[in-house]
Amino acid sequence: MSARPATRSAAPMDATTLAAHSARVMRWKPWELVVWALVWAAPFAAPQHAALINEIAILALFAVSLDLILGYAGIVSLGHAAFFGVGAYAAALLAKHLNPDPLLGLAFGAAVGAALGALTSPMIVRGSDLTRLMVTMGVALVLLELANKFDSLTGGADGLQGVVMGPVLGLFEFDLAARTASVYSLAVLFLAFVVLRRLVHTPFGMSLKALRDNRLRVAAIGLSVQGRLAVVYTLAAGLAGAAGALLAQTTGFASLDVLEFHRSADVMLALVIGGAGWLWGGLIGAIAFKLMHDLISAVTPQYWTFWIGLILVLLMLVGRERLFSPRRWFKRGGGA
Amino acid sequence: MLTLLFDGIAYGMLLFVLALGLAVTMGLMNFINLAHGAFAMAGGYVLVLLMQRGGWPFLAALPVCFVVPALLGAALERTLYRPMYRKPHLDQVLFSIGLTFMAVAAVDYAMGSSQQNLQLPDWLRQRWEFGSGPWMLGVGAYRLFIVVVCVALALGLQALLTRTRFGSRLRAAVDDPVVAAGLGIPVNRVFLLTFAVGSGLAGLGGALGADILGLDPSFPLKFMVYFLIVCAVGGTQSITGPLLAALLLGIADVFGKYYLPKLGGFIVYTLMIVILLWRPQGLFTREAR
Repeated sequence: MSARPATRSAAPMDATTLAAHSARVMRWKPWELVVWALVWAAPFAAPQHAALINEIAILALFAVSLDLILGYAGIVSLGHAAFFGVGAYAAALLAKHLNPDPLLGLAFGAAVGAALGALTSPMIVRGSDLTRLMVTMGVALVLLELANKFDSLTGGADGLQGVVMGPVLGLFEFDLAARTASVYSLAVLFLAFVVLRRLVHTPFGMSLKALRDNRLRVAAIGLSVQGRLAVVYTLAAGLAGAAGALLAQTTGFASLDVLEFHRSADVMLALVIGGAGWLWGGLIGAIAFKLMHDLISAVTPQYWTFWIGLILVLLMLVGRERLFSPRRWFKRGGGA
Repeated sequence: MLTLLFDGIAYGMLLFVLALGLAVTMGLMNFINLAHGAFAMAGGYVLVLLMQRGGWPFLAALPVCFVVPALLGAALERTLYRPMYRKPHLDQVLFSIGLTFMAVAAVDYAMGSSQQNLQLPDWLRQRWEFGSGPWMLGVGAYRLFIVVVCVALALGLQALLTRTRFGSRLRAAVDDPVVAAGLGIPVNRVFLLTFAVGSGLAGLGGALGADILGLDPSFPLKFMVYFLIVCAVGGTQSITGPLLAALLLGIADVFGKYYLPKLGGFIVYTLMIVILLWRPQGLFTREAR
């Protein structure tokens, strides 16, 4: 369904029209530039909220990575925290024992996440949705148990403390108000966004969407389903690892919390609020989720999950695809 | 050794009763219901409330633990679940996680977050020992009670499913809802009843297991994985599949936690991944359709 222009036109598209088409979709729209300008202005306009902005940027990167496999490739995963967690631990351990340079740690966290993704990708190409759900969740749980078991390395339930990071690029020290951290995380998010934006419009990105919509047909036109799934899973895992590394670096701390189930659920929730299947979904969802979290837990710190749950239930009953077009709220149809 | 085996079997039987409703809804409606644990929790809290505040005897309270979650399940099926049947799995997962979050927070608000203690009657707190040495078998009366109840339930359900008219309608609806409806089977009502009975069984399991599994508001999240493992490994097409899977899981978990306590659930999760890689459709299923 995704390679719509190519399949729907009567005459097959030749290479130049295809290139022109992809150039047209790839061009940045004005509103995208405006939103990014606003996002970049945030840490400078509101330095007192730098810590929150940092958290949002990290969650957004994490959500975008989940979007790659959920929104584009259509794999339902309840264990995305596995990659986030190993990235966080990898970056924290590297900084603590070997080298405190943030960029090196970031690359290392992403690499470890990607390696785990490559290792586990054969597990997600088989079976039904339920099987995949269980296997992804199982991998995260196994890692959580391992991190708990090897507490001499990871600090166990107390967390890994005493992670001191060096300055970014040798110039910008991390400060307590998290100003450097917020700009650093935003920069990484922006970079990833730009790269992914190009990627999803390449033939590879289109084939992913085709994969989500109809695997059988993708296999029938001679593309390797397993190969593509493995590549995108690895890529998403690497990005999630980078997000985890950012969290560990900017907070100087890593604990079992980074691998917990609620992290996998939260990121999925954020992505769904923003809308899966387009890159902005992760970003918008992360902003909405964090602000909502902040607002609700300011009112009822203990019971905020109730309201999150209620929002989720209503969202699903209304239908994800209808949420952003209020005109369709009162019509029957959609997915039901 | 034998004591552990017995405890494992008791634990497994408990998991079976808890997860059976989930297996049936999954097989019947192809619906992934992560909120199943919430019904189990409801059963557990009904038992605690009746026994502690109402002063009911244990045996009299148990049937209520079945009825209340069953009614709750029926009400929710009519209002909330039915529109979700035809949606994609992702929507179902998120919807039921949302329900679970709500249940956890609501129970936390109403009952407090601490673990609930259950005062078991004296006749359930005895313990007998047979043999000696490594083959000693210690049998707790409470665990024996659980095994007996669960075996009776399993046999009863098997008979219900294979011998009665309702059972054959249910099996027809599982195999092909469209054709079943065409034959005049009220598929919607069969769904409703099945959902209610499944929720009730979960509640009964939660009540029976309140003492062994522990009961606090995070119960649905803590045991969600276990229920799902039983369904994923056992398959959802029969009663025997989940039963064997639950026994396997219970025994593996008890042994693992006894011999390698620090590894916790590691063994169970690894076992699950390996089994699912080996047979993605579950261990005990007919050929995938």
